Amino acid sequence: MPTTIEEIVLPKLSNDEIARYSRHLILPEVGMEGQQKLKAAKVLCVGTGGLGAPLAMYLAAAGVGTIGLVDFDTVDASNLQRQIIHSTATVGKLKVDSAEIMLKGLNPYLNVVKHNTMLTSANALEILKDYDVIADGTDNFQTRYLVNDACVLLNKPNAYGSIFRFEGQASVFGTKEGPCYRCLYPEPPPPGLVPSCAEGGVLGILPGLVGVIQATETIKLILGIGEPLIGRLLLVDALGMSFRTLKLRKNPDCPVCGPSPTVTELIDYDQFCGIEKPTSVGPLEVARDKAVGDHPIVEGIPQITVEELKRKLDAKEDIFVLDVREPHEYLIANLGAPQIPLGEVERRVSELAAQKNREVIVHCRSGARSQKAALMLKQAGFTNVSNLAGGILAWADKIDPSMPKY
Amino acid sequence: MKIHIPTPLRSYTGGLETVSIPGGTVDAVFQQLTVKYPDLKQHLFTPEGKLRSFVNVYLNDDDIRYLESKQETAVKDTDELTIIPSIAGGMNL
Repeated sequence: MPTTIEEIVLPKLSNDEIARYSRHLILPEVGMEGQQKLKAAKVLCVGTGGLGAPLAMYLAAAGVGTIGLVDFDTVDASNLQRQIIHSTATVGKLKVDSAEIMLKGLNPYLNVVKHNTMLTSANALEILKDYDVIADGTDNFQTRYLVNDACVLLNKPNAYGSIFRFEGQASVFGTKEGPCYRCLYPEPPPPGLVPSCAEGGVLGILPGLVGVIQATETIKLILGIGEPLIGRLLLVDALGMSFRTLKLRKNPDCPVCGPSPTVTELIDYDQFCGIEKPTSVGPLEVARDKAVGDHPIVEGIPQITVEELKRKLDAKEDIFVLDVREPHEYLIANLGAPQIPLGEVERRVSELAAQKNREVIVHCRSGARSQKAALMLKQAGFTNVSNLAGGILAWADKIDPSMPKY
Repeated sequence: MKIHIPTPLRSYTGGLETVSIPGGTVDAVFQQLTVKYPDLKQHLFTPEGKLRSFVNVYLNDDDIRYLESKQETAVKDTDELTIIPSIAGGMNL
């Protein structure tokens, strides 16, 4: 990669830039030439979320000349616990616009290229082709495999990072000599086996830690210094504060980067990951976990609205409401219903034996987990089970505005 | 031997980060692990008993897929197994 930059004439630094990058310039491993390489470099950050935020900010501060940002989302208040590139003042703005404000404020010499779009098989090669390094900070498998395959096809290094709760992974994929993401994981987990949403959530500083590792790898690739994480997987455990690197091998049978590839162009990654196409009404996570809308019957389970539940409760109808969220969620907001977390429903179904022929209404946060639980109960012989569409969030929206949403 | 359980799978081991199982072979250790924690099984193995393609298992620092005897590799009590599933974070429904 550095050779492609050396071939072109490196841009000169102004006196103001020299003053700004002084601590780099006096570092022999960077120096004037390295700083000029950074200025010439073009890095694409896929996602401006938890990982993309610190990543893009450090790249901007370091003097990377052009940073591309891919994101289709808008800033939400719940992003600010970790996405430090955005701020309270930019809630509601497009993420690419919000990120640009922060990055240009940090470094006015930076050229920001905004791609306010969802990365897809149709546009990925066109967007990625102009960049030297790709930094994948996406939170879903479809985009991750898409970015991986596009990087291999275009021969671009991919500074990869991902996180889950307190754990992170980082590596550099997509180089000729090293493995790609598919060498590590040939296939994504089927949607039903991804850890349930109840186990979601992330310690806000963890993406900071991992995103900064991605930034470090990106800078090393541009400068051609040190040993990038090519062929190595870094595992970060924030609770134990332990860092381990494991050897990764190039899979000789890899369908993308192996000697006889079967994937030679971008494919349908939603299909590959076994999910329905994302719709305009919800984020990818909703598509993946099949949150249920206002359809009257889904997979044989009647969907009842919060208004209907309210009416039934007020009329003191003989119903049994079951909350399948986790105990810590109950403390945030609840409907006072007995609770069995989704993961324990199958095992604890006998506790509900008395309700078998009663009208059972299952609820969770948004209606996805409760649909799964309703299916389990039906399977276990419950005769009248329905799912609360929209979950407790819909209740907070439509019935009790004083209830907090999370 | 010590088996490191990653966060996403800890709900199937009662929250335990590490589980100790007497040695033997990698296969035998996994047999015992999934007998002890039956809910883990479908997350690690296909119905045909093959390790799932989104799960990697490392014996110390080596991917077991690249060990000469693969899952039949003998293990000592001082060895460590690490399970590394693919993760995608930030999801919150």
